[in-house]
Amino acid sequence: MKRKMSTKYLLLLFVLSISLLAACSAADNAANANEPEEDQASEATETKDSSNQESEDTIKVGVLHSLSGTMAISETSVKDAELLAIKEINENGGVLGKQIEPVIEDGASDWPTFAEKAKKLLQQDEVATIFGGWTSASRKAMLPVVEENNGLLWYPVQYEGMEASPNIVYTGAAPNQQIVPAVDWLLENRGKKFFLLGSDYVFPRTANAAIKAQLEAKGGELVGEEYTPLGHTDYNTLISKIKSVEPQVIFNTLNGDSNVAFFKQLQDAGITSEDVTVLSVSVAEQEIKGIGADVIEGHLTSWNYYQSTDTPENKEFVANYKAEYGEDRVTADPMEAGYFGVYLWAKAVEAAGTTDVDAVKEAIKGLEYDAPGGPVKVDGDNQHVYKTVRIGEVGSDGQISELWNSGEPVKPDPYLETYDWASELSEALSQ
Amino acid sequence: MTDLMVTLFNGLSLGSILLLIALGLAITFGLMNVINMAHGELIMIGAYVTFVMQNIFINYIPEQYFDLYFILSIPIAMVVAAAFGMLMEVSLIRYLYKRPLDSLLATWGVSLLLQQLARTIFGAPNVGVKSPSFLEGGVEVGSMYFAYPRLFILGLALVCLAGIYLYFYKTGNGRRVRAVMQNRQMAECLGVSTRKVDLITFAIGSGFAGVAGCALTLLGAIGPTIGTNYIIDAFMVVVVGGVGALFGAVAGAFGIGFFNTVFEFWTNASLGKVFIFLLIIAFLQWRPSGLVTTRSRSLD
Repeated sequence: MKRKMSTKYLLLLFVLSISLLAACSAADNAANANEPEEDQASEATETKDSSNQESEDTIKVGVLHSLSGTMAISETSVKDAELLAIKEINENGGVLGKQIEPVIEDGASDWPTFAEKAKKLLQQDEVATIFGGWTSASRKAMLPVVEENNGLLWYPVQYEGMEASPNIVYTGAAPNQQIVPAVDWLLENRGKKFFLLGSDYVFPRTANAAIKAQLEAKGGELVGEEYTPLGHTDYNTLISKIKSVEPQVIFNTLNGDSNVAFFKQLQDAGITSEDVTVLSVSVAEQEIKGIGADVIEGHLTSWNYYQSTDTPENKEFVANYKAEYGEDRVTADPMEAGYFGVYLWAKAVEAAGTTDVDAVKEAIKGLEYDAPGGPVKVDGDNQHVYKTVRIGEVGSDGQISELWNSGEPVKPDPYLETYDWASELSEALSQ
Repeated sequence: MTDLMVTLFNGLSLGSILLLIALGLAITFGLMNVINMAHGELIMIGAYVTFVMQNIFINYIPEQYFDLYFILSIPIAMVVAAAFGMLMEVSLIRYLYKRPLDSLLATWGVSLLLQQLARTIFGAPNVGVKSPSFLEGGVEVGSMYFAYPRLFILGLALVCLAGIYLYFYKTGNGRRVRAVMQNRQMAECLGVSTRKVDLITFAIGSGFAGVAGCALTLLGAIGPTIGTNYIIDAFMVVVVGGVGALFGAVAGAFGIGFFNTVFEFWTNASLGKVFIFLLIIAFLQWRPSGLVTTRSRSLD
């Protein structure tokens, strides 16, 4: 009897560790859904390969995103946007008179897999460049690989900054193109009492360290700072805490499913956007569909692009994206950054006259392009891009309408060097 | 005083959610001793049933009846999840009753399969479910505010509990189930069809996972991986409550819910989780078999 019980206890520990593994690594789902795509890709590779031997009329590029696991939710649509750009370029004659041939790999939401696949793409497939990544962890995993093999990676997502690898082009926002202006705008328009809420990992903690320094310098007041584990589902207690300190602004750096739970339960608690403004930096059109527009209506976001952004390039992008993938699909900031990244690369290759990485790196300095979200320009010093900052409000249809924009593209400053209040911070964080 | 009352209510509310997600598992794992890793995916099925029902109502039923979709979803989610449970039992679990570790791995495989199935049918992104209008808002008592969805889930958990109690302790079928769980050979000798009892019991356990999934659409995300968010909590409740004891699960759920809320209120969400796990480990050192011990066939 006693012995049976201890086996049972061991068994339970096993169950817990397995389920933790299942929750965390999520490499498990590498199964069926993406197989057809990979098949297609490899078929494409095969057919193209045969022609390749004769005339070398294609240029291979890597597309490396998580097509399975927890991050598949976000990354598959970025992959779709990048493939759309490749298709469009090919229809217009390709680059250097050659067709671009995407080699699609699955990072499976698993950071070592990203490094492995990046290595495979560079060494085995000898791709000219890689478009890929979403989480900072996946970027940090690929960074040494692309640097060692002198590859070129286009990373399409906003991130915490404090990095500038010569082999990575960052087409998403640096902190000074998303977070810093958002805090300034909130202080001016919505109130001084801030509550910082984030998921418990590197991006929210780094971002909040910067926000705290900024608040102190600009006369804001910090009334609370809370972190919840990734995948946290019960926000009742936290909302009670928020209620008791009565902030005017909640700066939300939660990531993933937690956003859904937080916004639903905030509404349940009777707190609307009129009582307190929640500004999110990880919630875009795609995520709003999962949260429910009625739940998050009236709250704010800060990005460089919205589906509603009014440029001729964007009308075309949205129309083409919907035509390719379905009317019910939405476009969002990281997708736009992935999309124009492909165009920037193609333009740089044309300018350099070759796909050689060193020549292309030289050619991208100062390169300009009219992206769907407005004109962008690559900063030669840190491989980030100048982008327009846009603060928007979620409407009842799930679309985000712009309340404010920076008017002109903002120079990227990944180390926040131009801000006095951040001087100590960047030293501490970049170590 | 208000703080204390709010914390108490939050704890009660969290406890009721935990109870709801663990009730089904208290039957399949607690009574039948099947380590069902796919329990979370049965919850997911319940959530997607609610989503499908909502879409059916939006597209085919006049708008004034829209709110009814949620009420209807609860029994339908239960039936659909129970059907999946039956399918699992017939095709897989029945061969593994004597081999708990194998059933652990096999049901984990099933959970991955179901997740991928959901991803193929509904797509990888989360889907949205609009709460029915009668569950919007809440009631204010003094300076405290009780949200209707929370009260509803509390009520639903109690109704489910009452249903399970009546079935297992007041009906002939329930008596047969308990007999089989306590002494299989003896029950067989007395003419109880143990195959049938196993099948029905597993289906009931799965059905309650479906109900939980339906209720969880009020609170959180609905996506292919929601099961993984809840499976650990569910196992935790059953183990603390005592494997084999239905009512241990009740005490376990409210105990964990209350302490978790208190810890989180004092510290923060991450540390709160750490403390609750520490507490559970310490508790299991003291009472390895959980709060309530009963004999079942698994323990003999």
